[in-house]
Amino acid sequence: MRVVAVIAINVFRESVRDKVLYNLVLFAVLLMGVSYLLGQLTAGNEIKIIKDLGLAAMSLFGLFIAVFIGIGLVSKEVDRRSIYALLAKPISRQQFITGKYTGLVLTLLVNVTVMTLAFYAVLGAMAWKEGAWFQPHWETPALDPALLKAIAMIFLQLMIVTAVALLFSTFSSPMLAAALTVGLYVVGHFNADLKHFENVVDSKPAVYLARALYYVLPNMAPFDIKAQVVHGAAVPNGVLMLNTAYAALYILALVSAATFIFIRRDFK
Amino acid sequence: MTRPGHPVIFASTLAVLMSLALGVQLTRDRLYAQMLTENRLMYVTSPKAMEKVALSYDSILADVYWVRALQHFGGERLKEGNGQYDLLFPMLDLTTSLDPRFVVAYRFGAIFLAEAQPGGAGRPDLAIALLKKGVAANPEKWDYYHDIGFVYYWNLHDYKQAAEWFGRGGDLPGAPWWLKTYAGVMLARGGDRQASRQMWFQLGQTANSDWLKQTAQLRLMQLAALDTIDALKRVRDTYANRSGKLPESWDQLIAARLLRGVPVDPAGTPYTLNFATGEINVSGYSKLYPLPTEPAAAPELAATAPK
Repeated sequence: MRVVAVIAINVFRESVRDKVLYNLVLFAVLLMGVSYLLGQLTAGNEIKIIKDLGLAAMSLFGLFIAVFIGIGLVSKEVDRRSIYALLAKPISRQQFITGKYTGLVLTLLVNVTVMTLAFYAVLGAMAWKEGAWFQPHWETPALDPALLKAIAMIFLQLMIVTAVALLFSTFSSPMLAAALTVGLYVVGHFNADLKHFENVVDSKPAVYLARALYYVLPNMAPFDIKAQVVHGAAVPNGVLMLNTAYAALYILALVSAATFIFIRRDFK
Repeated sequence: MTRPGHPVIFASTLAVLMSLALGVQLTRDRLYAQMLTENRLMYVTSPKAMEKVALSYDSILADVYWVRALQHFGGERLKEGNGQYDLLFPMLDLTTSLDPRFVVAYRFGAIFLAEAQPGGAGRPDLAIALLKKGVAANPEKWDYYHDIGFVYYWNLHDYKQAAEWFGRGGDLPGAPWWLKTYAGVMLARGGDRQASRQMWFQLGQTANSDWLKQTAQLRLMQLAALDTIDALKRVRDTYANRSGKLPESWDQLIAARLLRGVPVDPAGTPYTLNFATGEINVSGYSKLYPLPTEPAAAPELAATAPK
């Protein structure tokens, strides 16, 4: 456990050294800039638009971090040949993979936490400017705690993407890993179409294949509850719990697969 | 002697190149201003395609299209009679497909679409189509039923349809008590100015944005101006009966002690009196201009109205 923690902290330190956290500044500037401009650009609904923007930016920035750092987690060590020095130490390959994954998740957690604080600060400032925490024509209060549900689901989605990137990082080049990860992320949002493929084609085998892919590929769409939360629609706790369970199991499967491939790799 | 790579050489080169680029840009903007400012293009017009492309970013894309729709509407409105609002409905359609709960896009969008030219697109049919889409997505929202009724009333002068939609909205749980009464008002006094006044007043009271409040206020001022114009017409007719000719100016009516001074509309601009035809109207310089076409009386409904 200690070994995993040490590797994880090193991944986090490396991402800090790589200036990954600069995106937080960009996020804050983006939110503050847009909140200032919105008054001139829209007719009402500024709070809704800031919420949409904040959640979308969190998801997008997190996605970039998860993909572009995730794909290099293993391949970078191999390219730099630092893998030999690492594996010569009393570190199992399983610990190495788990540590790398945990480290990137830690980076994402810090990112999402700071973004959440900045997000609430901007919403608070807007509410203060409007002179109320809640106005009758807003669908939800400015500092709606339900936003945390959407943020939690974004974080789970990012954890899955990180696991996918890590898996590809264990056996392919960074470029290919990036393409495959982004590809799976995109496909993950089209999953509903795979489930109802019979509406598109008549071929039974194609329908069964699509149905099988629906269950195998990561299903990202149910994690997207941003619109519901922003409009104050109810999100059942059951959905949140099932999403969490699905993410945990899927991540476990992906990290296990990454570990399996990594254990079998020959670094001679 | 400075060497290549020296900060001074670098800064000077950069400054020269940027100045040249700026010069080229200014020339291009000046020579091809018309072509460069034209942005009448929508790359994706299919809401279904856009929903797919948006992945999980549909809400923020809806916001982007909403802002684009507002810019398009505002930009065309500023063209003073030459505005073309042909992209307005496709943009609103995309916005509401990407975010089917976007209340403001349905409600404001319908006003922009229904408003007669040149102030709006002059397409009440599209306004109703947009609001019906809102009803399909949110059947429990009485606001859309109210707005459809309002478009039928104010823009299409179809009191029967207006009454039906007000009635349907009034039946919904949570709907305000006055919505149900509108249905009766439509059938009893469709086209009545007092009914219009009540509706705009209520709309202004329940409006959730400054823009809508200001619109309601403007409409109430226009209705007050119409009242005053009716009173001024009576004064004009009195003068014509006495003197046997139409008044040529307000001064003649003041001299005849029929008016105390030059009448001004609620926005503070004097009314105009056409000396040839005797027509009285708000000035073209008034912010109340042009006055709305009033819903005409509906004799076939008025005949069946309860006394």
